[in-house]
Amino acid sequence: MTAHFLEVQGLKKSYPGKGKHPEAVIFEHANFQIEKGEFVCVIGHSGCGKSTILNILAGLDEASDGVVIMDGKEVSGPSLERGVVFQNYSLLPWRTALQNITFAVQARWPQWSKDQVVEHSMKYLDLVGLKGAEHRKPSELSGGMRQRVSIARAFATQPQMLLMDEPFGALDALTRGVIQEELIKIWSESKQTVFMITHDVDEAILLSDRILLMSNGPKAQIAESVEVSIPRPRKRTEVIHHDDYYKIRNHLVDFLVNRSKEYARDQEEIDPNRQPTTVSFAR
Amino acid sequence: MSKALRLKSTLVSLVLLVILLGGWEWMNQIPADTKPLTEYEMLMGGASQEARVPPPSEIIKLGYEELSDPFYDAGPNDKGIGIQLGYSIYRVLMGFLLAALIAIPVGFLIGMSPVMYNALNPYIQVLRPISPLAWMPLALFVIKDSELSAIFVIFICSIWPMLLNTAFGVANVRKDWINVAKTHELSALKTAWYVVLPAAAPTILTGMRISIGIAWLVIVAAEMLVGGTGIGYYVWNEWNNLNLASVIFSILMIGVVGMLLDLILGGAARWIEYRE
Repeated sequence: MTAHFLEVQGLKKSYPGKGKHPEAVIFEHANFQIEKGEFVCVIGHSGCGKSTILNILAGLDEASDGVVIMDGKEVSGPSLERGVVFQNYSLLPWRTALQNITFAVQARWPQWSKDQVVEHSMKYLDLVGLKGAEHRKPSELSGGMRQRVSIARAFATQPQMLLMDEPFGALDALTRGVIQEELIKIWSESKQTVFMITHDVDEAILLSDRILLMSNGPKAQIAESVEVSIPRPRKRTEVIHHDDYYKIRNHLVDFLVNRSKEYARDQEEIDPNRQPTTVSFAR
Repeated sequence: MSKALRLKSTLVSLVLLVILLGGWEWMNQIPADTKPLTEYEMLMGGASQEARVPPPSEIIKLGYEELSDPFYDAGPNDKGIGIQLGYSIYRVLMGFLLAALIAIPVGFLIGMSPVMYNALNPYIQVLRPISPLAWMPLALFVIKDSELSAIFVIFICSIWPMLLNTAFGVANVRKDWINVAKTHELSALKTAWYVVLPAAAPTILTGMRISIGIAWLVIVAAEMLVGGTGIGYYVWNEWNNLNLASVIFSILMIGVVGMLLDLILGGAARWIEYRE
C-alpha cells in the first residue's frame, strides 16, 4: 500500500435504531485519499453527511466504523495538526480579532513569548487584510471580516491539514469572491493540505485540485472523484474561459441534479472497498 | 437614551417627588391649636391625641444630622447610621463571598457533568425554597454565635441563585466554542478558564446580582432577630423607641445601600458582557 498523506478507509456513520427500527446509516463505505498539499472539495446534497465526515476528520465526532489515518497515525481525537474553519466562524466573542488568533497561536506554541505570539498573529491578520481591525470584537466586524479572522486563526497555527466546513456559506456573493481569492493566495504560499465542504459548484472548481462527489443519504457514498484540470494560478474571472471549465461544471451539476439520487437505489451490490470513480477531463 | 427624553423623564421624576413629598408633608401636619393648651395637653405635647407619621421635613432634618456624623459610637444603643449599615454590609459581603466561593465551583461541576447535576438536583430543589430565616434556630444552636449565625443565614440564601445560574451558564456554553477549545487541544482546566468561564460569566454575574439582592433583603430580618448591631436591629430598636422619623430614615438608607450594591454588580456585569 502506498502511503498517502490522508487515508480514509471504510468510514461509516450510523445512529442506532429505536426498537424495531433499523439503524439509520448516514453514509458508509467512504474510502478516499488526500495527498500532501492537495486542495480537495466535497460536494453533495444536505444530509449526506459531509459535515459529519469533516467532524470525524477533525476528531470532534466518532465514526461508527472505519479508520482515518493521517501521516501514518490514526486520527483519534482533536489535534492542532488539523485546523478547523467552521461555517459560523466560531470566534470567541469576548476576545478581539487579534486575541482570537493569539489564543490559537499560544495553544500551538506554549513556549513562545508574548511578543512572539502577537507578532506571529499580526502577520496572519495582515495576510487576510485585517490590519487596523485587530482590536475590534467579532460583534463589531462584518460577516466577511469574521470569516477572515477565522481563516487567519486556522492558518496561523500552521496545521498539517486544514478542514473547512462551508466557510463561505453565510456570505454574500461579492464578499465570497474576494475571500476566495484571498484563500487561494494564502494557500498557494503555505501549500497546506485542505479538505473543504461547499455547496457551490463554481467555488469548488475555482479552489480545488479534486472534487469528491457524495450521493444522497441515507446510506450516502463517496461516488466520484473529479479532477480539476485547470492550471493554477487561477482567477475568478479567468477560469470560466478555460475549455474544461464547463465540461467539469456540467458534470458536477448533472451529478447533483440527476445521478446523486440513483446511487441510493442499488445499494446491495456496493463493494465495501470501492474507491470513488476517478473522472478526468484533461487531454 | 436621547437628551430630550432624559430631560423629560427627569422632569417627571422631580414632579412626582414634589407631589408625593408635598402630599405627605401636608397630610401629616400637627393641627394648630385654636385655644390655649390645658396643663394635660401641654404634658402630652399638643391638643391632638392622634399619632402621626412624621412629615418629610422632619426626616430630612434627621437625615442631615445622622449623615453629618454617621460613625459616632455612644454605647450599644446609640451608634451612628454609618456604623449600623457597616455591620450589615460586612455580614452581607461575608455571607455572599462565602456562598460565591462554594456556589461557583459547584455550579461549574454540575453544569459540566450531567451525573453530578442529576445527583445534586433533588437536594437543591428541597433546600432552595426554605426561607433563610427558618435556618436561624438551627444555626444558633450549632454555631453558638449570633454574629456568625447571621452570616450563615446570608450564606444559605445567596448560594442558590449563584449555584443555579452558574450551572445553567456553564451547561449552555455554545458547542462551537467548546469545539474551538478541543481543536486547539486545550486541557479541561484551560478550557474551563479560557472558554467556559468567560462564556458563562454574564449568566454567573446575573446570579450574583440576584443573590446580593436577596441577601440584602434577608439581612434586615436576620438582624431584627439576632439583635445587637446592624441596620435591621437599628430599625427595630428605633421602633421600640417610638422614633418613627428614625425608622423611616433607616428604611430609606436600606433602599439606597441596596441600590448601590446592585449598581456595583451591574457595573461588573457590563464590564464582562459580550455581544455575539
